[in-house]
Parts: sequence; C-alpha cells; structure tokens
Amino acid sequence: MGITVHCDIVSAEEEIFSGLVEMVIAAGSEGDLGIAPGHTPLMTQLIPGPVRVVKQGGEEEVYYVSGGFLEVQPNIVTILSDTAIRAVDMDEAAALEAKKEAEKALANQTGEFEYSRAATQLAEAVAQLRAIQQLRNKLR
Amino acid sequence: MAVGKEIRTKITSIKSTQKITSAMQMVAASKMRKAQERMSAGKPYATKIRNVVSHIANANPEYRHLYMQERDVKRVGFIIVSSDRGLCGGLNTNSFKKTTQEMKKWHDQGVDIDICAVGQKAVSFFRNFGGNVVAALSHLGDVPSAHSLIGSVKVMLDAFEEGKIDRLYLIHNRFVNTMTQKPESIQLLPLLAADDEEYKHHWDYIYEPDAKPILDGLLTRFIESQVYQGVVENNACEQAARMVAMKSATDNAGNMIKELQLVYNKARQAAITQEISEIVSGAAAV
Repeated sequence: MGITVHCDIVSAEEEIFSGLVEMVIAAGSEGDLGIAPGHTPLMTQLIPGPVRVVKQGGEEEVYYVSGGFLEVQPNIVTILSDTAIRAVDMDEAAALEAKKEAEKALANQTGEFEYSRAATQLAEAVAQLRAIQQLRNKLR
Repeated sequence: MAVGKEIRTKITSIKSTQKITSAMQMVAASKMRKAQERMSAGKPYATKIRNVVSHIANANPEYRHLYMQERDVKRVGFIIVSSDRGLCGGLNTNSFKKTTQEMKKWHDQGVDIDICAVGQKAVSFFRNFGGNVVAALSHLGDVPSAHSLIGSVKVMLDAFEEGKIDRLYLIHNRFVNTMTQKPESIQLLPLLAADDEEYKHHWDYIYEPDAKPILDGLLTRFIESQVYQGVVENNACEQAARMVAMKSATDNAGNMIKELQLVYNKARQAAITQEISEIVSGAAAV
C-alpha cells in the first residue's frame, strides 16, 4: 500500500470528499498538476475542470470543480472550490447542450460583456465534458 | 350575568394572543431547522478556508499581503450582524451590548469607529446610538445569498486597503444550541496566525502563477465567506431565540388565563352566594 496524505474537497455548499489519498490530480491555472504525499507547500488557483483523487488502495474518484483554490501542506491537501460535483452525478447531455449554446452565443456575439460571459460558459461546459471523459476512461 | 364582564373579555384577548404566539413558535421551529441545515452546510468551507488562511499567516511569504500587516490602530471597523425582525428575546440586545462594550474599549484608547450594520435591527439601533455607519444592509430574508453581502463587505475591505480603518471585527451570535446563543467578536483583519507549533519553522508556499493574485482572491473570498457564515449562523440563532421566546410567551399566557379564570370563578361564586343570601333573608323578613 502506498503512502497517503489527507485530502479535503469542500465547496461553498458542502463537504464533497474527505479521506486519505495516494494522489490528487487537479486542473491548476498553469496546467494540470498531480500532488503526491509529502509535497512541498503549494498554493494555486484552480480553473474549471476535473479533480481526480486516487484513494488509498488505488481506487479512483473524479469530481468536477468550477474553480477555486488548492492548498498543499506536507500532511494535508485542501481544495476550496466554488462549486463541486461528483462526476458521476453530472449530466453529459446538459453539458453538451451548454457547450453548444455557448458556442452559438460566441458565434453571433453582440457586446463585450456577453462575449466574456459566453466564453466562461464555454470553458465550464468543456471542463465538465473533460471530467466526464476522465470518468469514462477510468471505468473502461 | 353581568358579573366579571371585564375579566371575561380579558381572558378572550389573552387567548387570542396565545394563539398568535404559539403559531409564531411553530413557524420559528420549522424555519430554525432549515436555517440550521444551511449553517452546517456552509461550515466545512468556512472552517477549511480559515485553516488555510491561518497557514498563510504563519508562512514567511516573499510577498506580504496588505491584509497580513499589523498597523497602528487609529480607527477600527465593525461588521455587526443582527436580525431583521424583533420578537426574538434578548438576541439582538445581547449582541449590541457586546458591541457597545467593545466600542467603549476602543473609544477609551482614543480610537474612532466605523460601523457596517447588517440587518434592520442593527441599522436602526446604530442610527439612534450615533455610531459612524458607513454601510448598511437589511432585508436579507431567510435565505441570505452570499452575493448580496459582497457590496457591504467590499466597502469595509476598501476602507482597510485605503488605510481608513486599521482593524476589522465581525460581531454575530454563535449558535451554541437551541437554548443558548452567544454574541461573539472575531477579528477579520489583519489576519491572525494560528497558534500551531507545526508551522512555526521558516517556510513558504510555492505560488502558481504568482503570490499576489492568488492571495488577493483567496483572502477576499475568506472575508466574504466568514461574513456569510456569520449571517447564516445569526439567522439560525434568530429562529432559535424566537422559538424559545414565543414558547415562554405561550406558557405565560396560559398561566395568566388560569389565574384570571380562578378570579372569575370566585367572583361568580360570590355573586351567586350573595344573591341566595339576599333571597333567603328577604323571605325571612316577610
């Protein structure tokens, strides 16, 4: 059995995950990063995307976070997310629909504000799809 | 019978008041359950972000954020959370008492005070009390949204950044249990380091991409989440306090009715006795 570190994932609404993990893979603002036990203290912003945790014993779980912060201490990893969903609970059809909507809005843009909003929506929809994809790969 | 007409009307009016208070008690009980759920749902986030921020305050960062710098105190800010409505026992009075005590302490040191009042009761109290109210917010409803708080919180954060205030406190009621609520004052700014031996050694985070934007975002989020949690917790306190207050009001009304009923019965009995004795003595006289 590998070495483990305690990991907490909380969203503004509830506690999503708390337990020992062998590794956490999250989408940081500078790209994906994997945190193994004993990592040096690190602080980064998270972009919308999947968070994959390898639990003690090798079992994996995928969550989707809509952005937030990741704090790493040698003995604890904390993810403070704005909203977090278990990837299993996510609706692929709804995500695809949202992506299409956002792309359409981007195609016939009218104002500066709407553009930025549509861009965020698109990024979120794509990130959700990515989380679902990861979940599929895991199940395969 | 004309006897005790006043007492009878009094009993009826107390009975109708009792109906109202017992209805309010039941409403408060059901609202309290929901408010408590909201409070415990937000708790993990508030606790975790406080842990993270106290780690940051313990670190020796290359970039010391404004929120971490201790300054000479010339002016302090208070965010005071209260309820919108009354009839909730001593809840607001207790927290205002605590606030005025704190304010007096600062006042004696020659420190000025700015107030951000959240909730109708705090707004009207500090209008009369004569504090310098810089921001006021009321009618948040039973489901306060974090969104509506951001504006008022930002006023205080801006004041801190501009150096208008040198400390920021949050005062709200802590939900101990249904019977007990305790007003509590928390220092929000500058950030307090946790007393943890584990983090005493010299260390710093790796920041990706850069310390400033991350700390800016995180610390603002921290303050907002603490204030939001304070408001949600105060809401749970309000409903609990109202439930208890209304329960004792209903019980008191019951006691009063019982006493009045006794007085009424005695008066009625006395009237009957008197009437009989009048008839008997009248018959004897004939």
